[in-house]
Amino acid sequence: MIDIKNLVKQFGPFTAVDNISFSVAKGEVLGFLGPNGAGKSTTMKMLCGFLNPTSGSISVCGHDVEAEPLAARRAIGYLPEGAPTYADMTARGFLDFIADVRGLAGKDRQWRLDKVVDQVNIKDVLDQPIDTLSKGYKRRVGLAQAILHDPPVLVLDEPTDGLDPNQKHEVRGLIQAMSRDKAIIISTHILEEVEAVCSRAIIIARGRILAEGKPEGSAGWRIGEMLAGPGKLDAAFREITQARAA
Amino acid sequence: MKPMLAVLRREFSGYFSTPVAYVFIVVFLFTAGIFTFYLGQFFERGQADLKAFFLFHPWLYLFFLPAIAMRLWAEERKAGTIELLLTLPIPLWAAVLGKFLAAWAFAGIALALTFPLWLTVNWLGNPDNGVILAGYIGSLLMAGAYLAIGSCMSAVTKNQVIAFVLSVLVCFIFTVSGAPMVLSFFQGWAPALIVDTIASFSFLAHFNAITEGVIDIRDLVFFLSLIAVWLYANAVIVDLKKAG
Repeated sequence: MIDIKNLVKQFGPFTAVDNISFSVAKGEVLGFLGPNGAGKSTTMKMLCGFLNPTSGSISVCGHDVEAEPLAARRAIGYLPEGAPTYADMTARGFLDFIADVRGLAGKDRQWRLDKVVDQVNIKDVLDQPIDTLSKGYKRRVGLAQAILHDPPVLVLDEPTDGLDPNQKHEVRGLIQAMSRDKAIIISTHILEEVEAVCSRAIIIARGRILAEGKPEGSAGWRIGEMLAGPGKLDAAFREITQARAA
Repeated sequence: MKPMLAVLRREFSGYFSTPVAYVFIVVFLFTAGIFTFYLGQFFERGQADLKAFFLFHPWLYLFFLPAIAMRLWAEERKAGTIELLLTLPIPLWAAVLGKFLAAWAFAGIALALTFPLWLTVNWLGNPDNGVILAGYIGSLLMAGAYLAIGSCMSAVTKNQVIAFVLSVLVCFIFTVSGAPMVLSFFQGWAPALIVDTIASFSFLAHFNAITEGVIDIRDLVFFLSLIAVWLYANAVIVDLKKAG
């Protein structure tokens, strides 16, 4: 459902994303790992149409992101880094705005609104201005915005950043529950999260893909040539990102 | 159309989400009053019209309207919500137009609230209400042009103060280019064609023509095309920033 080919992004002389190709199929949750500044967010921004690629192509559900931006964006639910929301609006007003823009109407609209409010558990704060909410609630409002139109493709940039362990667990459960009929990409630093929700992982640093990984049952994860036992993913991550960087 | 209206509604209610909007309107009305009664000598003129009122609108708008427009894009860029806005299925023109129309509607409300002046002249004498209506239409159009400049400048930066200063600067150029002082500076040495061209870009000349009660199609076209050009530039700037 997501097809990225030879993606390059340069900011002046700096190459943030250097010839990345991968695809994500329905039912997959792809973990996007890498140190800060690796190009994770830049890749996601290009995927969602916020930045234009320098070269390469991105297609979402068969729609080229640059040639058919609106069709591609309709198919995507995107939680940008930091989960920005309109702070002066109430959570309800904000979700209403998103529903308007997404063209949700009639019965379906109310059903979807009720459903996401329930899914991310923000019923209690619906009528509070967003800037009075705690960080955890803010992030959940951002997440509600991303899944409101039940998109076939979900792009979540650090979805659990700033949440407490219980909330992290809830959000991971939510991602897993949605994964069956969607293609999902999440970026994260938290390696236990990869083990918890992802069906595949890509490690990138300095804009390049260094390794791909997949779980191997109870043996843990196979990343590149390495096999990382359960809970040992971070050692493998360090080895890969530091060895290649040196 | 629907996404455009959604943006318009959100922006418009955004103005009223804090008391700033009300304070703004009060200060605007107060300043308009001072200009009209003291500088414009509304009573001393002894004429039942609103010339003294409209005369100062360009100068009033020069500072008030950039303040309305400065937040349109700069605030989104600062807060990061621009990433949300531009990744929603909203055509770029709809986002630009929605924001502009929200600011214009807000300015329109501030302008409409000067109606007690209109009541006053009607109570004091028998003014030509057609001329007054033309003045209001011209003033609203001119406000649109100032706001389009302000919106474009707001897209340039994420700092609202810089956006404000830039748009005052550009608005100032478009305002004074028709002032006698500026024109006489050019008249000494520049060919008449250049002087006329400079004068023709001035809001003052076009606005004053309308407040005389004559809505000339050329003045309408001037303001509307100016709005279109600046909003187009606004969209281009937003789009260029996507290139990184």
